[in-house]
Amino acid sequence: MRREQPTEPSTRYIPFDEDVLGTLMPMHLHISPTGHILSVGPTLAKLKPDQSLIGQRFLEVFEVKRPLNIDSFGDLLEHEGCVIRTRFRQGDRLGMKGLFVPLTQQSVMLPDRREEGGSAPVLRPLLRDHPGSVRGATRGALINLSLGVNVVEAVQRYKLSSADFAPADPTVDMLYLIEAKSVALEESKRLNMRLEGARDEAEAQAYTDTLTNLQNRRSMDAMLYQLLRSDQPFGLMHLDLDYFKQVNDTFGHAAGDHVLRHVAGVLQDETRVGDLVARVGGDEFVLIIRGCVDLSVLGGIAWRIISRLEEPITYGDDLCQISASIGTTLSSFYDRPVADQMLNDADRALYSSKDQGRARHTVFDPKQFSALG
Amino acid sequence: MYGLVHRALQCFAQDIYGEDIWEKVVVEAELPFHEYEAMLPYPDHHLDDALTSLSNLLERSPAQVAEDVGTYLVTHERMETVRRLLRFGGTTYVEFILSLEDVHDRVKLALPDLELPRFEVEVHSETSFSVVLDWSRQGFGEVLLGVLRAMADDYGTLVMLEVGRSFRSGEVLEVVKVELFEVDFTTGREFGLIAGGTAS
Repeated sequence: MRREQPTEPSTRYIPFDEDVLGTLMPMHLHISPTGHILSVGPTLAKLKPDQSLIGQRFLEVFEVKRPLNIDSFGDLLEHEGCVIRTRFRQGDRLGMKGLFVPLTQQSVMLPDRREEGGSAPVLRPLLRDHPGSVRGATRGALINLSLGVNVVEAVQRYKLSSADFAPADPTVDMLYLIEAKSVALEESKRLNMRLEGARDEAEAQAYTDTLTNLQNRRSMDAMLYQLLRSDQPFGLMHLDLDYFKQVNDTFGHAAGDHVLRHVAGVLQDETRVGDLVARVGGDEFVLIIRGCVDLSVLGGIAWRIISRLEEPITYGDDLCQISASIGTTLSSFYDRPVADQMLNDADRALYSSKDQGRARHTVFDPKQFSALG
Repeated sequence: MYGLVHRALQCFAQDIYGEDIWEKVVVEAELPFHEYEAMLPYPDHHLDDALTSLSNLLERSPAQVAEDVGTYLVTHERMETVRRLLRFGGTTYVEFILSLEDVHDRVKLALPDLELPRFEVEVHSETSFSVVLDWSRQGFGEVLLGVLRAMADDYGTLVMLEVGRSFRSGEVLEVVKVELFEVDFTTGREFGLIAGGTAS
């Protein structure tokens, strides 16, 4: 039924109802040749809830930032079709962008029923051009605006709903995506926080003896490495409990664990915060006393520890009796101290204590031991 | 499958029936964790095992439990996100039903690895629809039933829903039939395009 029309520009004219235009482009402005607003898309109208834009001069309501140097509506028309960046002069100055399209003079299309044989009417231009009228003279302009990324703010402020956006406009999908992605990102952040917490905990556990909460061998290695690297003086004490096996055998492992925790408390009491107390075996402990190579001080610490450990430890109705043997060496004994050698020498001093009847403190003597070894 | 799905079942059990029930499910289904992480992948069979155990503990059929999970996803405050994302589908219940066809692709945009069924909506009349589920797994029909029922309340629309089966080229697909009775039965709940978007 549609007839091929000659491709005259006038035949391409599309007659639009204002409402249809509003549905297609909810953020449009139709502007008269004099620069007055003739119609406003329903969503754009919502952004100015307290006033009607119709009848006002476009440039009095809107500030045009692009194109540059627009002082009159005529300036804008000279640009022909162009991208426009604008915002309200007053109130909420949300930035908007869109397309400015000047409309040219066209003939109005009217149904023509003068066709043969009652067929459907054909749209034909109503030729009303009188001589002297200029083809292409302006009929004003159409501007289709968009809020761009400001849409999030506008939706919130003006309570826009999906009905305020054209079905072909992906804005609502964008808002959906923003929300869905934010949720996913939040979940990921929470997961990262939990993993970070778990990592910290695992790291702490890796350096801690879980029974006594003292440091462990790994932690001791790390500190020795650090001290030797930075050439700091320190005293190293190797402590082994005496009669601990009897406690375990007589009162059970729970009593043994209780005793170990008690020992840990004593060792921590008798050292400073910066020193290291590590449980390096079942009933073996290493103490690193930082910055101290004074044997009288270390001897004092050793004897205080031994005498405190010899006090009976209550476990339920039982009294557990232990003691300790200690071997000590100093970083200052060596020209170039090495961790393994120092541990070894402290151990030899410790066994010397044991040999001498336990509950003793022996200081490693380089001359004596080198003679033996 | 994403832990998001496992976690939904976990949260349902915890929020509706309490921590104790979930602990029993973990033991009975021999799940290796107590807590599922939404953004990590887990084996699919955990989901089946957990649903079976939960149904046994509650002395209800898996289908009944699945439907309650669907309702929970829309109505519980902990799952507000799900309701909100579904409400993006449209301003009316019919628009929402028709928008189910987009859910799969929309979710893919946000979480490319989350597997969800593809929904196909057959329109029989202005008030009668069938939502066909295209998925490798069975049993989601009841969850969808619960979701659609709760969403009808959300829109304030009175509907009748039913889960059925459809045979298509040798495959059995789950179908949820939707019959609308009254579009404006109640006022429904509010929805703004931006969460908490009540700024003046």
